[in-house]
Amino acid sequence: MTVATVSTQASEPVFHVIDEHPHPEGASTMLGFWIYLMSDCLIFAMLFATFGVLGGNYAAGPSPKDLFDLKLVAVNTTMLLLSSITYGFAMLTMEKSRVGATQAWLAITGLFGLAFIGIELSEFAHMIHEGATPQRSAFLSSFFTLVGTHGLHVTFGLIWLVTLMVQTARYGLIEANRRRLMCLSMFWHFLDVVWIGVFTFVYLLGMLR
Amino acid sequence: MTTEARALEANAGGHGHDAHDAHGGAAHGSLKSYLIGFGLSVVLTAIPFWLVMTGAIADKQATAVLVLLFAAVQIVVHMIYFLHMNTRSENGWTMLALIFTVIMVVIALTGSLWVMHHLNINMMPMHDVSQMP
Repeated sequence: MTVATVSTQASEPVFHVIDEHPHPEGASTMLGFWIYLMSDCLIFAMLFATFGVLGGNYAAGPSPKDLFDLKLVAVNTTMLLLSSITYGFAMLTMEKSRVGATQAWLAITGLFGLAFIGIELSEFAHMIHEGATPQRSAFLSSFFTLVGTHGLHVTFGLIWLVTLMVQTARYGLIEANRRRLMCLSMFWHFLDVVWIGVFTFVYLLGMLR
Repeated sequence: MTTEARALEANAGGHGHDAHDAHGGAAHGSLKSYLIGFGLSVVLTAIPFWLVMTGAIADKQATAVLVLLFAAVQIVVHMIYFLHMNTRSENGWTMLALIFTVIMVVIALTGSLWVMHHLNINMMPMHDVSQMP
């Protein structure tokens, strides 16, 4: 351990420890994960900026009004919002160390997330079937990049969710699993925040163009 | 865990298992905060959808501004009630990271849109492709 000496006026050495005290395992995980989320936020900001710049360039192709079905988007938004609150319930039951209830809420969250991805993929398939592919116009390229990146995040969140459910089933709600579930909680709620931006900028403002 | 241990944990703020709490770790939500957040989110989502789907306000510009305003408020609601943002968790480092990111996002977004908008305005007028020889 490094020790520094400071001479006081009375020339009596005072000792204090320079080394930081040891941190328990995982003490910095939440802050580190938050900083990762903030960097992810910058990725989405760039994709939003790209969509903002190119979103009106239809290249004589279909415009948002021809493509988007706001009722479907509203259902999709509901799915994601419901999955957010059910994940919150999973965290609350986790704090009470109720493994069964936590697993059940996580499963419900996963189902809502799956419904969201399913609806989004069917929307994409419908658009591509109508010829509105990413190659059609700059508007569609930026649309598929932005909304697709969000969908990819949700997909990876689902894979993570299943992984953690298996971990919890095997090892219970141990300290490490609680930490992981809290990280996924932040990730999941963060994706819901990004979706607010997507349905506002892309869908609602697209219909107003 | 014994009842006694649970009582001790409850005294320690309900989450004594968090070793990092001594460092002002991440905040937790309560059932009430989640439900308030959910209720607010439902309202803040439903109104902009209703505005656009019914065209309740004839002026599109006004509708767009309102929709953006609702989105901004909803993002703040999610930050507080779902992500449990506050100035205390992790000794304020999460808030600092968030403020830094918000500044970056605002510069990037407004900068891109502003520059590209003026670039579009100042471009030479394009000829109609269909009338080209």
